[in-house]
This record gives sequence, structure tokens and C-alpha cells, in this order.
Amino acid sequence: MNHDDIIVKLKEHLGHDEVETSTFRDNVRVIVPAAKVYPALSFLKEIGFDMLIDITATDYLHYPDAKDRFGVVYCLLNTATGMRLVVKTFLNEPELKIPSVFPLWKGADWMEREVYDMFGIAFEGHPNLRRILLPEEFVSFPLRKDYPVQGKGERHNFPVLSRAES
Amino acid sequence: MPTGVPENVFISKLDVLANWVRANSLWPMPFATACCGIELMATGASRHDIARFGAEAMRFTPRQCDLMIVAGRVVMKMLPVLQRIWLQMPEPKWCISMGACACSGGVFDTYAVVQGVDRFLPVDVYVPGCPPRPEQLIQSIIDLQNRIKQTGTLTGREFRQRQQHEGPIPLTVLPPEAIIAPGDYKTATKDWSNEQP
Repeated sequence: MNHDDIIVKLKEHLGHDEVETSTFRDNVRVIVPAAKVYPALSFLKEIGFDMLIDITATDYLHYPDAKDRFGVVYCLLNTATGMRLVVKTFLNEPELKIPSVFPLWKGADWMEREVYDMFGIAFEGHPNLRRILLPEEFVSFPLRKDYPVQGKGERHNFPVLSRAES
Repeated sequence: MPTGVPENVFISKLDVLANWVRANSLWPMPFATACCGIELMATGASRHDIARFGAEAMRFTPRQCDLMIVAGRVVMKMLPVLQRIWLQMPEPKWCISMGACACSGGVFDTYAVVQGVDRFLPVDVYVPGCPPRPEQLIQSIIDLQNRIKQTGTLTGREFRQRQQHEGPIPLTVLPPEAIIAPGDYKTATKDWSNEQP
């Protein structure tokens, strides 16, 4: 079974209008709407893509010719055949929600937390969706393109210890 | 019966004696967060041998240390830990800021990295370099020993005299309304570069 067969099967499962495809070098990408992500990934897992390599996101703010703000990317691997597939979906403000794939792959837990931490995309149904890298009290999402590289003063929001106090 | 002071007795002030003892038995607390920590380990190893200066007894509990060596960049999540460790160290205590990152943030001018630990801690000696050679760290310990011998007192009076934090001037901090709540896209997309802090 090659990539074309898988795309045909996926189109039969989800509907022909819901699935777009593209390729870049060896990567075959499947673009589905946000509402169809969970059914698509669930189906792909059933037909052999048993390993979730990565979940990440992209901010397309200021990106030329981009229609949507955020892209969420799922990288899948079939461990039996070594075949890989990339599933993408696009999200826009204010609906930054997407179903969690934690029920399919337990490894999605920390990946989704990281995407939430950096981009503020909420994964609905995630068992423990809180910040993973940044401190709990952090309020911004620093990998968004509208966030300044040097931050908004969070790095200097600490008490100063002097010799007299310590 | 002989009078006067015997040959193997000398008279001095108690402060000088305390400084002499303290300067030659520094117990470093290695706060090694990055590659400077490797040079710190090299300084402690046999080739450079920090034991020649009486500072080889590195302890990983702050309660047994009197010299904190901040070796490496400190991120905003680590700084409360660093401050807590500093507060747990008994007096008298000193701090060496080792390397460009600990002194100034180095190349990491990003939202998460503290731009110099001296903004939030009293630092005695700065060591430049990326990372500094072990010789530089040894020189900083010698400088610190000289400093202890010249300024120290038995009761630590010199620390109380320094009331004011002697760090650099603070960086410009954005107004509090610029620090936004999650999902507040309008505030996040506002261009804050023209706003006066």
C-alpha cells in the first residue's frame, strides 16, 4: 500500500471535499479541516500508522499568501512498513480549539501540552492541559509571531535580593 | 624567665584572623546550569586543582557552602530556585558570576533568560568569558580572597553597611497592561514598540 492508496482510502472515509494533499520532497501531506482531524487520525491509526512521531504548530502571521493563522501538524509513522505521513490542519482566532488525540496515542500528552504552552492552542479532552515548559504564572504564548523575542518584562519580574536582606 | 611574645605567636585583630580563615577555606556551591559548569568541573579536577586555593570542598547543599558560583545562563524559571538557594546559604557568603551568560545574559537575549544574575543577587566577582578558562576562575577566587581579607569583619558588618542593591540599572519593562492574559489576541497584536515604558 503506497501513499496514493492511503489518500484514496482516507477520502472515501472522510469525503472527497474534506481532504487536500500536497508533497514536499519525500513528505506527503494531508490537509483536513479541524473538525475532521480526530476522525482522520483515528482512521489512519486503524490502517497502520501506529506511531505518533510529533505534534507541532506553526504561526502563519505575516506569512506571504497564508489564509489561516495557525497550523497544527501531526507526523505519523507506520512502524511495520516505515511509511510516514504528515497531517495538517488550520485554526483561526478565536476558535483555537482542536480535539486531543490522547485517546489514540498516550504519547500525545506532553506534545499537546507543549503546543498549548507555546501557541495557546487548546486541546479539548486532554487529561492535564497545563503549561509544560514555562512557569505556571506565565500568561503569554511566546512562539506566536506577535510576541516580542525579548518578552514583555516577565524575565525581570522578580524580587531583588540585596546584601542587607540575604 | 623569658618575657614578651614567643616566636610562634603573633598578635592581630580578630577580624583579620577571621578573614584569613575564611578566605582560605571557601566552600563553593556549584550552581552549574550550562557549559560553564564543565569548566567549573575542570577547575576542580586534578589538572587545575582548585584545592591549591582551599576551595575544593564543593557541596551540593547550600547550608554547607559560603561561595556560590553561578556557572551558566539562568532562565526565569530557575531564578527563584537560585534565589532560594542563596537565601539558604549561611552568612558570611559570597557570589561569583561565572561567564558571559551569568553576568549579562550573553547571547541569549530572549524572553526567558535573565539578563545577568546581578539584577537579583548581590554578586562579588564577575568572570568574563564564554566559557571562561579555569585559570580565569582561579584568578577570580584569588581576587575574592583578597577582597575577603581586606573587607571582612568577624560579625559581617560590611554586609549590613551595603543597604542598597548595587546592580545595574533595570532594563525597560513594558507597562503592566502589556502583559496579557491567555487568549487576549488584541492586546498581543498591539505594537508596543512605540509605547513609553
